Amino acid sequence: MSGLIERLTAALDAGLPLRSRLLVLVAFFVLLPVFFTPLWHVTFVAQQYPEGLNLYIYPHDLVGGNDGNDLTEINVLNHYIGMAELKPSDFTELKWIPLIIGLIAVLTLRCAVIGNVRSLVDLIVMLTYFGGFSLWSFWYKLSYYGTNLDPKAAVKVEPFMPPMFGYRMVGQFSVWSYPAVGTYLFTAFGLLLVVALYLAWPRQMQPS
Amino acid sequence: MRKRTIVAVAMPLVAIMLAGMIGCGPKPPSRRGGRGGGATGSDLTKAALATYVAPGDLDEYYLFYSGGHSGQIFIAGVPSMRHIATIPVFTPYPGTGYGFDDETREMLGEYDWGDAHHPGFSETDGEYDGRWLFINDNANGRIARIDLRDFKTKQILKVPNISANHGSSFVTPNSEYVTMSTRMSIPFPEGTYADVTEYAEKYKGLVAGIKIDPEDGEMSIGWEILVPPFNYDLGDAGKKASDGYMFWTCYNSEREFIEGGKLEVTASQKDKDYILMVDWRAAEKAVEAGQGRMVAGAPVLDPKKTSDIAWFIPLAKSPHGVDVSPDGRWIIGSGKLSPTTTVYDIEKIKKAIADKDFEETIDGIPVLTYASVREAEIPVGLGPLHTQFDGKGYAYTSLFVESAVAKWKLPPYDAGADMSQYVVDKIPVAYNIGHLVTAEGDSVTPDGNYLVALNKLSKGRHLSVGPSIPESAQLIDITGEKMSLLYDAFTEPEPHYAVMIKADKLDPIEVYKKEDSDNPDAIWSAEEARIERNGRMVEVWMMAVRSFFAPDVIRVRKGDTVRIHVTNIEQTRDELHGLAINDYNINVVIDPGETKTITFKADKAGVYAYYCTNFCSALHQEMQGYLLVK
Repeated sequence: MSGLIERLTAALDAGLPLRSRLLVLVAFFVLLPVFFTPLWHVTFVAQQYPEGLNLYIYPHDLVGGNDGNDLTEINVLNHYIGMAELKPSDFTELKWIPLIIGLIAVLTLRCAVIGNVRSLVDLIVMLTYFGGFSLWSFWYKLSYYGTNLDPKAAVKVEPFMPPMFGYRMVGQFSVWSYPAVGTYLFTAFGLLLVVALYLAWPRQMQPS
Repeated sequence: MRKRTIVAVAMPLVAIMLAGMIGCGPKPPSRRGGRGGGATGSDLTKAALATYVAPGDLDEYYLFYSGGHSGQIFIAGVPSMRHIATIPVFTPYPGTGYGFDDETREMLGEYDWGDAHHPGFSETDGEYDGRWLFINDNANGRIARIDLRDFKTKQILKVPNISANHGSSFVTPNSEYVTMSTRMSIPFPEGTYADVTEYAEKYKGLVAGIKIDPEDGEMSIGWEILVPPFNYDLGDAGKKASDGYMFWTCYNSEREFIEGGKLEVTASQKDKDYILMVDWRAAEKAVEAGQGRMVAGAPVLDPKKTSDIAWFIPLAKSPHGVDVSPDGRWIIGSGKLSPTTTVYDIEKIKKAIADKDFEETIDGIPVLTYASVREAEIPVGLGPLHTQFDGKGYAYTSLFVESAVAKWKLPPYDAGADMSQYVVDKIPVAYNIGHLVTAEGDSVTPDGNYLVALNKLSKGRHLSVGPSIPESAQLIDITGEKMSLLYDAFTEPEPHYAVMIKADKLDPIEVYKKEDSDNPDAIWSAEEARIERNGRMVEVWMMAVRSFFAPDVIRVRKGDTVRIHVTNIEQTRDELHGLAINDYNINVVIDPGETKTITFKADKAGVYAYYCTNFCSALHQEMQGYLLVK
């Protein structure tokens, strides 16, 4: 057992081969656009909204389609069932998500230039935690907004969980909710780091 | 002339002419609602397919009908002929709240109605550019501009001295000017008293060029020209070969109004009346040179003092339409009591002017020698009124008396040929056509596919609605050699003319964007709503959104003046709100992002509810408030 820990420690202290460094660098450039691309896209379609209402969740903002008006429209409709207004200023996520993406970007660059296997592992652990926590936070917010409805609202509906992934009917609306470009890029970023780690892992540690 | 009473008087004439000259009396329809025209099954299938616009699909053209004495413009789609919307122009219209808010009430001024006659599009290089639509008020010497960005009336210009502005609104090829003219001459300047016994000397006609601002379309008075007291009827602006000229027909060149003598009789004595032709660039220069005499704010030119601005061209008596062919070369005049339409050549006209080839001079205006300027007389049929074009070398003339449309060939013609061979087709219409319109028919490149006959009578073609019978508009296919009838549509009173523009030339907004709002009284949230009192004036900044007003209570004292600025803060299309105040005769409709101001005196004590009149949401019925007048 102690032998394993020693070998693991030794492996973590190993440097990164050039191909891994290059892959980490590529991953860095894949990560950069995530700042400016939507992480999630929710579409609401009903008979009287044939073009649909679109909501895009960016790392730093909630943006409605149709020059932003779709968010206003979603809020106008939601007020009838007593849902709290979706206001970007009420979402702390929109502040810490860009901060952490920036932090990860800096650490990625550091890893590519002066990093070793350990820093690469740290990076993967960190982004996995960050990704998982963000998803939980998103789920939590959705369920919070869907279940904390004003009891004095004009239209009484049962508390509900808005769809996070996939399709669901909500009232007269068909709602589709899926990850968008930013999330895919972030996933690709993570996968690139895993490949880089695989290529950097000392041969004797690899399963025979 | 287009009044229903005259139409009624003319009907026996129609019957006599049809019976006597064509040799068969009008046949009554076999049954109410029966299909006329002897169309076969396959014709009907073709027509049905040609006009059917499937649910959710869009029409190919916008058709803007004038609404006549309803003071409005009606919009329909072609080829479906479905009425889509009404634009109020000279008449209050509670449907859109027009004429109830301060701005539109001021624009309407002292008038509750107008007689909207001839819509005209703005043009660039002779093509419809889809920016503005102009329309004249035949009753009150006015002209209006509609912005095709939001389909709203933006300006109504009252022009002094013009009486019964009928020869309007014809636009020059680069929207330099739109025409106006006096149909019913009065003593000059307006407001002067002179008995009708002094008609020949004291009464005057006037034609005017209304300047259009190239940036925002704002209209202003360019010039007026004093002309003899004839009745100036319809007009057109020259284009291409005839660019720089304007044309108006006129009747009553007998120059008299004999009490009890019946104008229809006294104005039909001479064989010929005239087309008045004006060189608008020369008129513009003359005014710049200070030759205009300012009368009631308008620079008025007198052809007795300023020469080379106006000429008369003789035309068969009692003419209605004068229309310029797409290439500008041919000027077509129609005398409604003549069985022919006359074609003039602008080159011959220019030569006659240069040669001073005049028959006589009336009030300083030379009369060109008829034989020198006429190209041909085409025997189109009885009662020719108005002509449109297809861009393929043919003209289409409406025949009021014969109740038909004649298709005929434009020049050149063979020397000495029998002119009747150039009338290539004729189609009966139901009934008594006034004007007609072809797709982009007033532009330099008409599309040559659709023609709409604007008929004065529609009896028996629709479900009966009692004695106030609507007008009829018939869609005719003109793509082939022979015209074919496609569809009957009906309109409220009373289209006098219509214009048709390709749908993709217009790109209207559907929401007034918040960021574009420059109204200082706009508010954009319930928090900003407020009421302020200043002496006896109570001013309210109100907002409307689904499904409430803020504020929803307004407290005033009897005798206060109340001014409400209401903003519809919605930015979603088709989310209109209304604001009606019960028993105060107020109803405005506010489009998304729009702010309207209403001012009224709270002269009745009590409690008055206000509510949203334009259906907005599931809880629209709950959208209300109270005006408390103590």
